[in-house]
Amino acid sequence: MSRLNVGFVLPLVMVADLALAAEETSRPLNWNAIGMFMVFVLFTLGVTRWAALRTRSASDFYTAGGGMSGFQNGLAIAGDMISAASFLGISAMMFLNGYDGLLYALGVLAGWPIILFLIAERLRNLGKYTFADVVSYRLEQTPVRLTSAFGTLTVALMYLVAQMVGAGKLIELLFGIDYLYAVILVGVLMVFYVTFGGMLATTWVQIIKAVMLLFGTSFMAFMVLKHFGFSTEAMFAQASAVHTKGTAIMAPGGLLANPVEAISLGLGLIFGTAGLPHILMRFFTVSDAKEARKSVFYATGFIGYFYLLLIIVGFGAIVMVGTAPEFRDASGAIIGGSNMIAVHLAQAVGGNLFLGFISAVAFATILAVVAGLALSGASAVSHDVYACVIRKGQVSEQQEIRVSRIATLCIGVLAIILGLLFESQNIAFLSGLVLAIAASVNFPVLFLSMYWKGLTTRGAVFGSLSGLVSAIVLLVLSPAVWVNVLQHDKALFPYSNPALFSMSLAFFSAWFFSVTDRSPRAVLERGRYLAQFIRSMTGIGAAGASKH
Amino acid sequence: MSPDDIQRICQNPDFIQLVRRKQNLYWSLSLIMLVIYFGFVLLVAFSPATLGQPLSDGVTSVGMLVGVLVVLAAFALTGFYVYRANRVIDPLNDKLKQECAL
Repeated sequence: MSRLNVGFVLPLVMVADLALAAEETSRPLNWNAIGMFMVFVLFTLGVTRWAALRTRSASDFYTAGGGMSGFQNGLAIAGDMISAASFLGISAMMFLNGYDGLLYALGVLAGWPIILFLIAERLRNLGKYTFADVVSYRLEQTPVRLTSAFGTLTVALMYLVAQMVGAGKLIELLFGIDYLYAVILVGVLMVFYVTFGGMLATTWVQIIKAVMLLFGTSFMAFMVLKHFGFSTEAMFAQASAVHTKGTAIMAPGGLLANPVEAISLGLGLIFGTAGLPHILMRFFTVSDAKEARKSVFYATGFIGYFYLLLIIVGFGAIVMVGTAPEFRDASGAIIGGSNMIAVHLAQAVGGNLFLGFISAVAFATILAVVAGLALSGASAVSHDVYACVIRKGQVSEQQEIRVSRIATLCIGVLAIILGLLFESQNIAFLSGLVLAIAASVNFPVLFLSMYWKGLTTRGAVFGSLSGLVSAIVLLVLSPAVWVNVLQHDKALFPYSNPALFSMSLAFFSAWFFSVTDRSPRAVLERGRYLAQFIRSMTGIGAAGASKH
Repeated sequence: MSPDDIQRICQNPDFIQLVRRKQNLYWSLSLIMLVIYFGFVLLVAFSPATLGQPLSDGVTSVGMLVGVLVVLAAFALTGFYVYRANRVIDPLNDKLKQECAL
């Protein structure tokens, strides 16, 4: 692969490069995995039933009544970040390229302190259910909510499609279940969790899965270390000895040799995370700013710990999977592609039973992530568009929840259909788009609405839209889509990571169209900043947890 | 909040101090984190060989250590922020809320 190619494909591994994993089509049914997965599904359906009995108000549905503790929310946030794609994808990157795999892990992790310092508390103090609550706090509801909802839906749907296709391929491979049934199963369970259990069930499913994944990965890392006599030096030495790249796997390998590309990718990873609607929504599930703060602390700890484990998993696999003939097919390639190395390692360290466990966890991970995505998309439709724009706030909570459930169902059906349509497409570029779009369409406007007095409705709308359009256009013109997907000879835009440009443009347009806004409305909007600032700083007047 | 409340809170010395301390805290920590991360990214872009050097005689590279340190730094910075916010900012905030009877 050329450097540009690698530079583009790797960030996508974070989300859905899993699709590439499925080179092998037919595999026997894996009964261990299916059995353990059934246990997980039955248990989480029990949780959903329990949650359904406690989900009455709109606040229960969207934010679990604001009743999660900082620790629980921290685990749920960590669960959203340590997805199947990062578990399988980053370990695969380390297996193939060594050190380069770490770069992506660090980019996602480095976003979290920034989210804590600049976003988390203000978001909690100002918002209620969605991040559009915050952006539209002192601006005109209709245009701002519509653009935010549009941004949310774009990000959530693209992310969902990428996950669905990745999930279908992965499940086909791990469980021996047909792609069609795998996608339908994921879609149906996702709709089930969200419509009946709302945010409470979605969060608990995420927490359960996060604990399972952290436990499973810890066990794998422990067994790998044990194999090398608890010496990382011995592990790195043996890995360099057997890897075709030798000691080059211990250094960055030209992946980010272009500084513009490197900075652009870094910006996309950090601020893209801060613009993902299903992540931002989690900050409303805790009672106040103090718990929001704690949740990021725990989340950062869990995510960091997980990525450190992945170094051991990835490098350990170079020796323990890479040199074992039973994990290679007749032509010498890794069975199921390199994204399967973490799964193979599970078999190497823990036998068939543990293999089944890890497979079940990978499936559970996908379910938990898509449920969160569906809920954030549905709340943009029901809260932002239906309740606030169409009904101007004149709506009962029951009506709002009903619309949200219908929206979830529609999103589920859409996700299944798109998942089936895109089965054999190379959808890797979609996932690259997700973080870049989130960083360009959601983050700049959210940040400015909280930190800059001068932002007006006009600036917010133009900022979002220019970020959205420029991110999509630049990605289409980039080598990854223009050359690899559309088969042109030469890319019109030389960089694979558009975030540097599209984010800058979004900030610039938001600024420019705000300062040139001389309407009376803009004067009023600037005048309301002080009250917003006081509330964001002190939490005076912030929405509290519901009392039951 | 009425315009009177807003005026009252803005002129409250505790509010002024709260804002100053909180802003100092989050801007300086954000800057540190961005410098650490983008410093690392630029090192990767401009001088990958530096990160590829072995630490001592073994094969474990400087870059591996740096990577682990970035993870630990991220965790330590969030921990420091939570500690300071709980110890210094929150008591000030509570006092302010009481004074303003809100």
